[in-house]
Amino acid sequence: MDVAQLNRISEVEWQIPPSGGMRVPGTIFADEALIRAMDDKVREQVSNVATLPGIVKASFALPDAHWGYGFPIGGVAAFDPESGVVSAGGVGFDISCGVRTMLTGIARTELDPVRDRLADALFRAVPAGLGSKGEIRLDDDEMAAMLAGGARWAVERGYGEPADLGRIEEGGRASDASPAFVSPRARQRQHAEMGTLGSGNHYLEVQEIVDILEPEVAAGFGLRRGEVVITIHSGSRGLGHQIGTEFLREMTIAAEAAGIALPERELACAPLRSEVGERYLGAMRAGINCALANRQIIGHLARQAFGQVFPDAEIPLLFDVSHNTCKREEHEVDGERRAVYVHRKGATRASGPGHPDLPEDLRALGQPVLIGSSMGTESWVLVGTREGEARAFGSAVHGAGRAMSRHQAARQWQGRQLIDQLRSQGIVIRSHSNRGVAEEAPGAYKDVGAVVAAAERAGLARRVARLKPLISIKG
Amino acid sequence: MPARRPRSRERPAPGDAGGRWEHFAHDADVGLRGIGPTREAAFEQGALALMHAIGEVDRVEPRQVVEIACEAPDDALLFVDWLNTLIFEVATRGMLFGYFEVRIDGTRLRGKAWGEAIDPARHELAVEAKGATYTCLRVVEREASDWLAQCVVDV
Repeated sequence: MDVAQLNRISEVEWQIPPSGGMRVPGTIFADEALIRAMDDKVREQVSNVATLPGIVKASFALPDAHWGYGFPIGGVAAFDPESGVVSAGGVGFDISCGVRTMLTGIARTELDPVRDRLADALFRAVPAGLGSKGEIRLDDDEMAAMLAGGARWAVERGYGEPADLGRIEEGGRASDASPAFVSPRARQRQHAEMGTLGSGNHYLEVQEIVDILEPEVAAGFGLRRGEVVITIHSGSRGLGHQIGTEFLREMTIAAEAAGIALPERELACAPLRSEVGERYLGAMRAGINCALANRQIIGHLARQAFGQVFPDAEIPLLFDVSHNTCKREEHEVDGERRAVYVHRKGATRASGPGHPDLPEDLRALGQPVLIGSSMGTESWVLVGTREGEARAFGSAVHGAGRAMSRHQAARQWQGRQLIDQLRSQGIVIRSHSNRGVAEEAPGAYKDVGAVVAAAERAGLARRVARLKPLISIKG
Repeated sequence: MPARRPRSRERPAPGDAGGRWEHFAHDADVGLRGIGPTREAAFEQGALALMHAIGEVDRVEPRQVVEIACEAPDDALLFVDWLNTLIFEVATRGMLFGYFEVRIDGTRLRGKAWGEAIDPARHELAVEAKGATYTCLRVVEREASDWLAQCVVDV
């Protein structure tokens, strides 16, 4: 992206002044190197989002922003409940895709002698990759209960512990979900996919805590240098994808029929106070519950596999946070506390200390913000800040973002060689697909360290701990 | 009953009609492009581009046929609907498809897709497709008998 097209506010904040149909400015948080590496499409998409009715304050892009569909990935936009809109493209196809990290209390030195055995146990336990099927089948009543109950439903059915729920956004369940608005096709697509990881950039990793940057917060989170954690990146699987597909189409056709001029069809949206808008919100919240239930089940399967190798290990949940959502939240805008609907597309909620939504035992510290990686590169745990709540509606980054297309990556790397190369670096990969591994090569991603450093300098969140992968289960 | 292997006049092999498919770069996802002498051929090639993003299509045997019907207000939305229906069929049937036939009548599409159950050992799977998007979406006759159908698919 050409920095000359932006107004520089600070070293890590850039503004796109309103022009054309923009109702608010665009704001990009990133350092100059990250901005220069961003596609020009990011600026175009940030500007396009700023044209949507009812948008509040600004259209934001975070340091990991890249070219998405409609909204940039790494984009945040909030809308007024009365005059604003909800956009299926602003949430994305993988509704409530997110990350959960579980603590193990096991030292890396204890894990080293059994690393392959543990990798095999995890790979057997967690269905991963295209065409993989879970063992859970839900009849109509159970599907409806899962869509209404989220991770709470999963815990009631024996997947995980009640204590987990306090460490999941919204207590493990999106309220006001409307399973009735989830189509039969979306349910059909989920038929064999409960408790499955998916493919692409989804993964289950065992990671070592290699650096602590905020000792007090890390201690409060239970993160100790040299110990290992389990991190899961997955979403709402086929059900969420189908909800996204169907509502994107419906909103597109409805917007055009209503004569609403959109800069891009993908920006299709519906007024929050409309029948379509309310129906989408109800279905999307059911999709969030599907994702929360799915990650809860995968977490349970991972615990069982871990228990085969470390029978005495206790594996509490640090946190579970989504990065593709639209949520009704309260934020301070121009000195006034007000309700807004915040779209986060590839952006993680990052509440600061004292936030009422945080569980009591984390409230003094702030919310854990879990930043995913690609296999072979580092992951991060950040913490939300009060300052960040005032910057971009309490939002921080979600990952590195790709530097190279999947096609380019597959031409540059071979899966088998990459697996051998990573093993020589101490990283064990298990995957059903060598081509999938090549497309997810660590070199195809941007430097996540630069992304989280920029997020910290921009005041969006602070770095707490750096994690390095030891085992990576890929789809 | 599995469908019999379609004969060439019923199921032109990819490229028989002079078409071709391409992938184009998109930051996070996959851009795909079908090109052919007719709109129908471009749609068929677009479907091949989709399947090549998912796995090794050249090893797919046409053991079973699935019939597909879509309707949309314009060609571009019809192309997205065609791809999204195929994505649904891949996900729910656990199949990969390698051969396609498309007929379009006004706003209606009737299609057939031939393929077989996914076999990870043979099909060298890459990634599952979540949905076809409206990004870079175009269906256009660039010049006489040169149709293009393209969009980005979220993976």
